[in-house]
Amino acid sequence: MSKNLSPDVSECLELLKTMHVIRYAEEQLGDDFAAGKLPGGVHLSIGQEAVPAGICAHLTDRDQVSSTHRGHGHFLAKGGEPRHLIAEIYGKEEGCCRGMGGSLHVADYSKGIIGANGIVGGGIPVATGAALANHLDDDGSMTVVFFGDGASNQGVLQESMNFAALWKLPLLYVCENNQFGQFSPTATVTAGVISDRAKAFDIPVEVVDGNDVRAVWQTMAGVAEHIRSGKGPVFIEAHTYRIRNHFEREHLVIKTPYRTEEEVEKMRRERDPIKMLQEWLKDENLADEATFQSIDEDARALVDEAVAFGDAGTPPPLDVGEKYQFVGTSS
Amino acid sequence: MARTRFIQAINDAIREEMERDEKVFVFGEDVEASIFGDTAGLAERFGKRRVRNTPISENTLTGMTVGAAACGYRPVLHIMFANFLFTGMDGVANQLAKARLMSGGQIELPATIIASYGGGRANAAQHSDTPYSAFMNLGGVHLVVPSNPADAKGLLKSAIRSNDPVLFFEPGGRGGEMGDVPDEEYLTPIGKAAVVREGGDLTLISMGSTMRMTIQAADQLAEQGLECEVVDVRTLAPLDEETICAAAERTGRVVIVDESRERASAASHIAAVVAEKSFGHLKAPIRRVTARNAGLPLAPASEQYLLPNVDKIMAAAVEISENGRASA
Repeated sequence: MSKNLSPDVSECLELLKTMHVIRYAEEQLGDDFAAGKLPGGVHLSIGQEAVPAGICAHLTDRDQVSSTHRGHGHFLAKGGEPRHLIAEIYGKEEGCCRGMGGSLHVADYSKGIIGANGIVGGGIPVATGAALANHLDDDGSMTVVFFGDGASNQGVLQESMNFAALWKLPLLYVCENNQFGQFSPTATVTAGVISDRAKAFDIPVEVVDGNDVRAVWQTMAGVAEHIRSGKGPVFIEAHTYRIRNHFEREHLVIKTPYRTEEEVEKMRRERDPIKMLQEWLKDENLADEATFQSIDEDARALVDEAVAFGDAGTPPPLDVGEKYQFVGTSS
Repeated sequence: MARTRFIQAINDAIREEMERDEKVFVFGEDVEASIFGDTAGLAERFGKRRVRNTPISENTLTGMTVGAAACGYRPVLHIMFANFLFTGMDGVANQLAKARLMSGGQIELPATIIASYGGGRANAAQHSDTPYSAFMNLGGVHLVVPSNPADAKGLLKSAIRSNDPVLFFEPGGRGGEMGDVPDEEYLTPIGKAAVVREGGDLTLISMGSTMRMTIQAADQLAEQGLECEVVDVRTLAPLDEETICAAAERTGRVVIVDESRERASAASHIAAVVAEKSFGHLKAPIRRVTARNAGLPLAPASEQYLLPNVDKIMAAAVEISENGRASA
């Protein structure tokens, strides 16, 4: 897979903005949760923004992404509106799913966002079906399935890789290896190297630093071209790190620490994908503080607007569950 | 009308819908070889692009229906034995039954899953279940259970055209059974029960695999002077409560026959509906004739012991008849 292409300055600044929007939206949701403002829980992907940003930069609305319980970043990077995300998580009718799904199920099918999933690995078969639809459409569209190191231990991943390799489906597996499956360090529950599992199906593998957004973007450039040309699935294992807890209520229920504060602090200081990109741009004299500040302010304004939109939203009517359950018509 | 085998009626339904709509495709384990015959010949007619033999991977197969349906196709998944739905349960229960609700109605999910169910053929416990009652509780899927070739064809065509997910439960081992099927195109509506026999003394309610023995019981009861009205439920979700309750109220004596196990059976739900809505018309306790609460063993006589049969239906009917022991 060709890796000659790198993001140019304007593409880098776009990636920076995407990561900022995800970061601010999730920091906001973390604060909202702590303040007791959210009807449900949230799983935050802070520190992992480079993966969805770098991958989705190469996708269009015709492509699908299937996502995880930690799915806000995928939603936003794939073109979902921040206001629709926030309103959804606030449980408002103005949300992307009219308040029916919440954080675990954010989706915008018009943008090819075919759903976050509350079942670990649950999106993998769904994405396989979407990739089969892409394959039948035969129009160069593709599906990306994001999942974590935890989902790699679900049987459906092996089933799906067999399907995709056998039928040459335009399906990209993106394993976001963030070092923890819920409260277990990956190595304590996972044998071998995750991406080696794809090799058993003759699926090409790329391993990438998932905190280096330029590396993710660059890898994806070649991978997307490969998949769109009909050559079948690819597996990317992106190494990253979950800065926040598994879910925001974690400190109330988990009494035995499974990692040290020092480790988390070190990752926050040294491996923050936003800082890493900014430092590189500065070192290369491609952008300055003023540019960063302007992007930062734009992102913050988008999220502030989204919060205001969510706050002004209305709770859905009581009886909508049954209404949305079925279409009730036939073709 | 043409005399048509059950399996042929199903095959015809798929064939007609594939001809009508190029977005319909069939997939599943050995759909080409087709051990039941219901998908036989489709690959030759429509090609392997639209008739896809798959690996034995039920959990991925059921989940794939959601992705394919959400992206504009009308997948028809043949899961083979209904017990394999349990293997593929996440795709059905957490994905297919929930995806539309969770999205706030953004998508339509025109997916059909065909499953062959039921015991009585010494297939032992893992190939003999009648699991539709478990799926009645999911809330997000329609369930159809045809008892004859004409309904099988009409219900399957409706299922494939439905913009909502439908599980099509085909009574196992009945593929060779003949029935009259209309020559012209028709659809059997989802959500409509049928009164298949009139009679003023008792109401027998059944569906799918137990309809034949229910009608046989009605014939024999008539010889004894008990005239039974017989209802074929045909669709378990949504349930045609109106037709069922009207039939129950006409006689005030109700026996419900169902091959699922007694505890939380389809018969239990129907009995609850009749008790709630038609209580004032009942003249005797409602009786359920179901499988007993155990898995089905291999040994044929031991298996039959657990299943409903004509004698059990007749005994229940006599018990609640006007001169029976359980009369009010």
